[in-house]
Amino acid sequence: MTLALAVVLGFTAGIAAGMFGVGGGILFVPTLIALGLGQVEAQATSLAAILPTVAAGTWRQASYGNVRWRPALLLGLASVVGVQVGAQVALAVPEVALRRLFAVFLVAVATQVAWRARAR
Amino acid sequence: MKLALIGLLSGFMSALFGVGGGIVVVPLLILLLAYRPHAAMGTSLAAIGITALAGTITFAIAGEVDPAHALLVGVPAAAGATLGATLQQRVRARELSYLFAAFLVAIAVWLLV
Repeated sequence: MTLALAVVLGFTAGIAAGMFGVGGGILFVPTLIALGLGQVEAQATSLAAILPTVAAGTWRQASYGNVRWRPALLLGLASVVGVQVGAQVALAVPEVALRRLFAVFLVAVATQVAWRARAR
Repeated sequence: MKLALIGLLSGFMSALFGVGGGIVVVPLLILLLAYRPHAAMGTSLAAIGITALAGTITFAIAGEVDPAHALLVGVPAAAGATLGATLQQRVRARELSYLFAAFLVAIAVWLLV
């Protein structure tokens, strides 16, 4: 993996992040692993890379009036608690089964979101 | 109350599946709390900032964060996020929902292969 490619992938992840309100970690982690980082180091570094990404995205979204600050604070703090619980469960359940389950969850949610948009 | 549950669930899933909480928070804000897509995504970004900050601090203390690599992908991503948010503002709610649904399905496919 060349540095230029890493920059391009970072930029691409950022567009998805700003556009869809996600962190970009799903692209950061494989990019960092391809650059030679280990799995844990890549996930940790991805979290750090998410900071400037969401800071820039939030700043721009806030200028459009799209950010509801109090709910965001509550969501973020509750999520920190959820991470602690999830990390314990992750150690106990096989990873492949988890990924498949999550994929099914995403498709179900995507269908609902599209359906709701159509109904509006 | 629903907000706290959505936050818990997103953190839980993010630790479990190694993906950010955003792809859980955004659809749940839209489906459970009737957020407009733009507001769901803007609010999700701010929430992720808090979660990622807590995670970064935890991992940094353990010595797992590589600051140079974080900047290498994070700085271009910050530029991308500014562009992404600007583009998003030009897309109407319905089209944004369809795009997001397609994005979720793409991630599901990615997880399965």
